Amino acid sequence: MNNSLLVVLIASGIAYGTPLLFASLGELLAERSGVLNLGVEGMMLVGAVMGFWTVQRVHADSPLSLAIAIVIAAIAGTAMAAIHAFLVITLRASQIVSGLALTIFAGAAGLSSYLGNDLNVADQPARHSFQPLLPASLQKLPVVGPIVFGQNILVYLSWGCVVVVGLYLSRTRPGLNVRAVGESPAAADTMGINVTAYRYAHTLIGGTFAGIAGATITLAITPQWVDGITGGAGWIAIALVIFAFWRPELCLVGAYFFGAMQALAPELQARNIQLGPTVLWSNALPYVMTIVVLVFVSSGTARRRLGAPAALGTPYIREEH
Amino acid sequence: MPTPTPAVSMRGITKRFPGVVANDGVDFEAAAGEVHALLGENGAGKTTLSLILTGLYRPDEGEIRLFGEPVEFASPREALDAGVSMVHQHFRLVDRFTVAENLILGDRRGAGSHFQIDPRAVEGQVRELGERYQLTVDPRAHVWQLSVGEQQRVAILNALYQNARVLLLDEPTAVLTPDEADRLFVTLRQMAAEGRTVIFISHKLNEVTAVSDRVTVLRAGRTIASVTTADATPQSLAALTIGHQLEAVTREPHVIADPKPILTIEGLCADNDRGLEALDDVSLAICPGEIVAVAGVAGNGQRELAETITGLRHPSRGSISVDGKRLGNGDPRDAVDAGVRYIPEDRLGTGLSPGLSVSINLALRGFQRYCVGPFLSLRRMRAGAEQAIDRFDIKAADPEIEVETLSGGNLQKVVIAREFSEALKVLVAASPTRGLDVSAVESVHGQLLAAAESGAAVLLISEDLDEILALADRVVVMYEGQLSAVGRRDDVGEIGLRMAGVSPATAGDTS
Repeated sequence: MNNSLLVVLIASGIAYGTPLLFASLGELLAERSGVLNLGVEGMMLVGAVMGFWTVQRVHADSPLSLAIAIVIAAIAGTAMAAIHAFLVITLRASQIVSGLALTIFAGAAGLSSYLGNDLNVADQPARHSFQPLLPASLQKLPVVGPIVFGQNILVYLSWGCVVVVGLYLSRTRPGLNVRAVGESPAAADTMGINVTAYRYAHTLIGGTFAGIAGATITLAITPQWVDGITGGAGWIAIALVIFAFWRPELCLVGAYFFGAMQALAPELQARNIQLGPTVLWSNALPYVMTIVVLVFVSSGTARRRLGAPAALGTPYIREEH
Repeated sequence: MPTPTPAVSMRGITKRFPGVVANDGVDFEAAAGEVHALLGENGAGKTTLSLILTGLYRPDEGEIRLFGEPVEFASPREALDAGVSMVHQHFRLVDRFTVAENLILGDRRGAGSHFQIDPRAVEGQVRELGERYQLTVDPRAHVWQLSVGEQQRVAILNALYQNARVLLLDEPTAVLTPDEADRLFVTLRQMAAEGRTVIFISHKLNEVTAVSDRVTVLRAGRTIASVTTADATPQSLAALTIGHQLEAVTREPHVIADPKPILTIEGLCADNDRGLEALDDVSLAICPGEIVAVAGVAGNGQRELAETITGLRHPSRGSISVDGKRLGNGDPRDAVDAGVRYIPEDRLGTGLSPGLSVSINLALRGFQRYCVGPFLSLRRMRAGAEQAIDRFDIKAADPEIEVETLSGGNLQKVVIAREFSEALKVLVAASPTRGLDVSAVESVHGQLLAAAESGAAVLLISEDLDEILALADRVVVMYEGQLSAVGRRDDVGEIGLRMAGVSPATAGDTS
């Protein structure tokens, strides 16, 4: 039963969807403060290579070196986001240009591949990787075994993050403030909320999440470093935020849906099920969906109706004319 | 005289912006328990003064005291904490929040001061305040679902919720129906009766006389007078707002030799950017050599009128003809070809392309003239620019410098030089001298007169009555999208009343 296509798809959809979930939660926080960060792909790649490098170099036992790797990846992602934050918040540069530049600078054939070459980590198997956390007996339970109990600690961590981010935004004072900053910075400023500080903080947290998302790929899903290993996951994460109407709980649903899409092709192949040129369409599907979603929601009115923060993408200047 | 320690006392407040002195040594005093109107024309410095009092701007000079204590606000938050709240013209509310969430946002004492918040906790308080001040709104409603009048109630509730001792309202009735305005006045009086200070910014004379205890009049950034409302009439206030009784008009009304109009506007209607009707059945005809001035407070449809005539805005009904030929709707090229020229209100943003050079800006109207085959001759463009700089006395070091580096007066000269560079039949000039110094004003006025002399029809849209009286052959007043003709062009009293939406017949016999 645990081998049925549906159960396997859900279980691996959760595994594959976890980096998407981390990245989209981070992007969601940045966007809720009014900062669009198109550099997610770049931040993820830098996090991915730095996390992988840490595991290869730190001589400690498995849990400790993995924990250090996640911290290093998070710091790397945050540092990348700091560039974006400085450019768009302090210097009020175009958020789209800065984000794209960040992805080009840090992405495949950029900083991340330079680091991969320079640190000499390419094409090696990881010394440690994340394994299912819970005892094998639990994993053998029907249905819930592989889906719920067969996951690694990062998956459980991401569930915690969804709850925390959701409660933070809806129930806490800083959460209310960040929503106000993203919706109407002028009103927030009048009410004494430091718009710049809130935007910086949430853009940086967005980078933290993206860094962790990158390391999830190189340390849990495919434990190795290959140039451009994220394969556009950063872009899917950005589309997911829109898909999820800027709500964390829907990010989870969307991330697992896209994760399952990615798992579909290898799974069908493994089972020798032929559905036309399988590899082609199932590999392409997540990207096609992303393009469709982005085209669909790129008009201003659609975005507003879907719940996009009203000040998303616009710098705030107190009018001293 | 006000009570010994006034609630608000501002002394010698000066605030300069690049090229403009918005407040020039303003004195302002308001007592606790009074509704104090701050009256003045647009650009008189009312809003700047109130933004200084609420901590959004910092004054360059001057002293502010609240209940006798000197204060210096570095941010709106500090003003709020001191009990000064403002209801801005564009309410500073978060549209997607509920009413309760908006109140919590500014709350540092009650339900909003904790890390964990619960908007439900303030709902009772919202309802109670709403009932006490006739400001009923559903605390769970989202602000975007509310009408503008209701949104204003939320903004006032916000101030009350934060225990404002001093409440400023910037033109609060501009967005209200007459009925809603009357209800607002009741609330304001009630707040004053409780000992709060209500500062009411307006340029509508009848409202000021209806609701206030005292009036302070600002003009051109200075305090002109502070009077008890009971001793004032709309007429006396109009005279104070507009200024001295004007000296002899500098221009004799033009005798129209050929009374066949060049510009004919018939039954013109158009919407503003928010889709609301801005022009309501406007008809106007201007003859060659005639200067017709449109007086009125900004925001009554003047901008939409100028934009519709110049083809920048699509009319919803009506027609515009030049020389008997009907212009295409919303077709600026057609208007330009028919000889319509435009000096827009926003000279740098709309009139010019700020980052381009003076010579390119001067050539924008007709690049064809500088073409050699398919190519642009930069040499000819430069020569043309040098000629224009010379003729219009533009102070620019070099035709190739970016136009945005010029001063306001020179920017306007660049606009005029370009608009006058080809045959002109109709000139639409919107606030052409706003913010300019005396010599630049003189030069712009000279150009407008020259255009009329040459047989063009000139439509001058202005809020400056001195300018209107000096230049116009005929004056019409625009109020809420409608034009009304003024009997005698130099009847300042009638113009002032019509600008405030009062028809002279109903203003009473106090004059």
